[in-house]
Amino acid sequence: MALLEVKNLHASVGGKEILKGIDLVIEPGEVHAIMGPNGSGKSTLSYVLAGRDGYEVTEGSVQYDGQDLLALAPDERAGAGLFLGFQYPVEIPGVTTMNFLKTALNAVRQYREEKPLDAMQFLKYVRERAAMLNVTDDMLRRALNVGFSGGEKKRNEILQMAVLEPTLAVLDETDSGLDIDALKVVAEGVNAMRTPERSMLIITHYQRLLDYIQPDHVHVLANGRILRSGGKELALELEEKGYGAITGAEAA
Amino acid sequence: MTRNVTKLHPFADSAPASRSDDPTWLSALRQDGLRRYRDAGLPTPRTEAWKYTNLRRLSRMLFQPVGSSVEDVSVPEDRLPKLDAYRAVLVNGRYRADLSRLDGMPKGVHVSGIADVLRASPAKLEPLLGRLAVHEGKPLADLNTAYLDDGFCVFIDDGAVLDKPLHLVSIGASSGTDPVCFYPRLLVSAGADCIATIVESHVGDGAYFSNGAAEIWVGAGAVLNHCKVQVEGAEAYHIADTAIHLSDRAVYDGFVFQSGGLLARNEVYASLDGEKIECRISGAYLATGKQHIDNTTFIDHVKPDCKSREVFKGVLDGTSRAVFQGKILVRKDAQKTDGFQLNKALLLSTGAEMDSKPELEIYADDVKCSHGATVGELDADALFYLRARGIDLETARNLLVAAFVDDAVGEIQNAAVREAVSEMVQAQFAMRNEDEIDE
Repeated sequence: MALLEVKNLHASVGGKEILKGIDLVIEPGEVHAIMGPNGSGKSTLSYVLAGRDGYEVTEGSVQYDGQDLLALAPDERAGAGLFLGFQYPVEIPGVTTMNFLKTALNAVRQYREEKPLDAMQFLKYVRERAAMLNVTDDMLRRALNVGFSGGEKKRNEILQMAVLEPTLAVLDETDSGLDIDALKVVAEGVNAMRTPERSMLIITHYQRLLDYIQPDHVHVLANGRILRSGGKELALELEEKGYGAITGAEAA
Repeated sequence: MTRNVTKLHPFADSAPASRSDDPTWLSALRQDGLRRYRDAGLPTPRTEAWKYTNLRRLSRMLFQPVGSSVEDVSVPEDRLPKLDAYRAVLVNGRYRADLSRLDGMPKGVHVSGIADVLRASPAKLEPLLGRLAVHEGKPLADLNTAYLDDGFCVFIDDGAVLDKPLHLVSIGASSGTDPVCFYPRLLVSAGADCIATIVESHVGDGAYFSNGAAEIWVGAGAVLNHCKVQVEGAEAYHIADTAIHLSDRAVYDGFVFQSGGLLARNEVYASLDGEKIECRISGAYLATGKQHIDNTTFIDHVKPDCKSREVFKGVLDGTSRAVFQGKILVRKDAQKTDGFQLNKALLLSTGAEMDSKPELEIYADDVKCSHGATVGELDADALFYLRARGIDLETARNLLVAAFVDDAVGEIQNAAVREAVSEMVQAQFAMRNEDEIDE
C-alpha cells in the first residue's frame, strides 16, 4: 500500500485556485522531488499536506497511511508521522529550542503511545542528533530560531526531523539560502535519515540539492499541475534546458 | 466656566477620629487627607487620569470599615510567590506580628507595624509619612491617608544589606457577608548605599476593597528591587498608589504582576530627584472573565543624566479590559535623560479590550526618549509552526502566551524573585485551563 496517495487535488488560497489537479503516489522508503518555477504551487502543496489554515481543498483527496489526511488537524498529522520542513522557519521569542523540541517530541510520542522521555533521556537523545547537524548547545538554549542565520534555521529544521523521526518528511525549499557547506551538512543529515520505511518529498527550485540527495522520482510542477514525471535524470535535463523548455512545450 | 457636579465621596464618613495621644502632625495629616478627598470626590471618567477606569460599581458597593481584627486568618501559602524570604503580614491593613517571620533579620534593617512605631517613636515618621503620597489629583491616596493608623514600616540603615528578600503580605479577609474596605499603608525608607529586595503580595478572599498607599524613599546610591504581586480574590477591588522618591545614583527596579481582583488599578509615581539615577518599572498582567486591570505610571525626570525603562506586557481573555497609562515627564533641568517605554498586549478573545495611553512631556532639549505600544493577537504563523510539530492547539497557545509574558518577567533583576514570579505566571495559566475544563 502506498504511504501517500494524492488524487486530483485542487486547492485555493484566498479564493484563487493554486493547485489544479495533482496526482502523486509515494511508496514507503521512496524519495520524491518536486521541482518547479516560482509560483507553480510547490509551497501550497506542502502547506495543504501539513494542514495550514487558509489553504482550502476544493476537490480531490489525500490518503496517508490508510487514513484521510485532510480530515486531521495539523498536530494530528504530525502525530501520524508527517513532517513539514519549513521554507521560512518561524522565530518564536521566549520559547527555547530545547523546550520546544521536548514539548514536540513528547507530544508525538503520546500519539505513538510511547512514554514521554524524562529530562536526562531527552538531553542525551537530542545531543546525539544535534552533533550530527553541528547544532551547538548554545543554539539549543537560545529562543527558537531567534537571531539564527539562514543556515542555522535550516539545520534546526533537519534536527527537528531527526528528533521526531517522521514517516513522511516534506522538505520545502530546504536548500534556499544555504551556501555549499551548509547545504552539504543539511543533505548529510537528510541522507542519514533515509530508511526502507521512511519516505521523503523534497520540494526545490534548483537541481543543486539533488546532487546530494538522490531522488527515486522527480516531478515537474508548473501552474498547479504536474507536467512531467521521471527518474533523477529529469532533474539534470531541467538544469540543462530550464523550466521553459518543459512548461513552454506543454503549454504549446 | 465652572460646572457644579455632585461629587460622590463614599468611605469618608467612617474616617477615624484622632486619639488624644496622637501627635499633632498626624492628626493634621489625616484631616488634610480627608479634606482633599472630600473636595475631589471619588474619581470619575470625567477626570483624564481615570478616563478608562470607572469606579461606579465600587461606589455603589456597601463596604463596611474593618471592625475588630480578624483572628482566624492564615497566610495562603499556595497563592503567594515561593520565596525564601523574611515575611511581614497585614490582615485588612492591620499589622500582624503573630503571622510575621522576621527572625534573623540583618543588622540595620527594621521592619514593624506603623502603629507600633507611631506609639514608640513617632518623630521618626514625621518627616517621611504622608510627604510623598500627598500630591494633587490623588483622592484615593488621600483617602488612605485619612485612615492612616497602621501598615508596614521598613527602615533600612545607610549601607545595610538585606540578605534575603523581604516579603510583605497584605491579606484581605471579609468577616461574614459584609464586604469590608481597608487601607494598607507602606512606608519604606532605604538609606544611602543600602541593598534590598522587597516583594509585596496582595491576596485575599471574599468581597473587599483594598485601597493602598505606599511611600518609598530610596537614598543616594541605594539599590532597591521592589516587586509587587497582585493576586487578590476574584470579587476584590484593589486600588493602590505607590510614590517613590529617588536620590543621586539610586537604582530602583520595580515590577508589578497583576492577575487578581474584579477591578484593580496600580499607580506608580517615581520622582527621579537626583543625578545618575536608574529607574525601571515593568510589569505583567493577566486579565480574564470580566476583570478590569489598570497600570498607570508616571516617571518624573527632575535632574540630569538619569535613565528610566518600562516594559509592560499583558494578556487579555474573556471580556476583560486592561488599561496602560504611562507618562514620562522630562523637566527642563533633566538633560541627557534616557527614557524607554513599551506596552504590549495580547488579546485572546474578541470581547477583550485594551486601552493604552503613552504620554511624553519633554522640556529639556538633549534627551533620548522612546515609547511603543502594540495590541495584537497570537501569531498565526507561530501557532501553525508549533502544531506542525505535533503540539496541540491549547498547549501551543499556552506556550506562546507564557513566552510573551515571560519576556516582561525577565525584567525582574533578582533571580529568585524572577523565578518565583515566572512560576506564578505558569500556575495562573494552568489554573485557568483547569477552570475551562471544569466548565
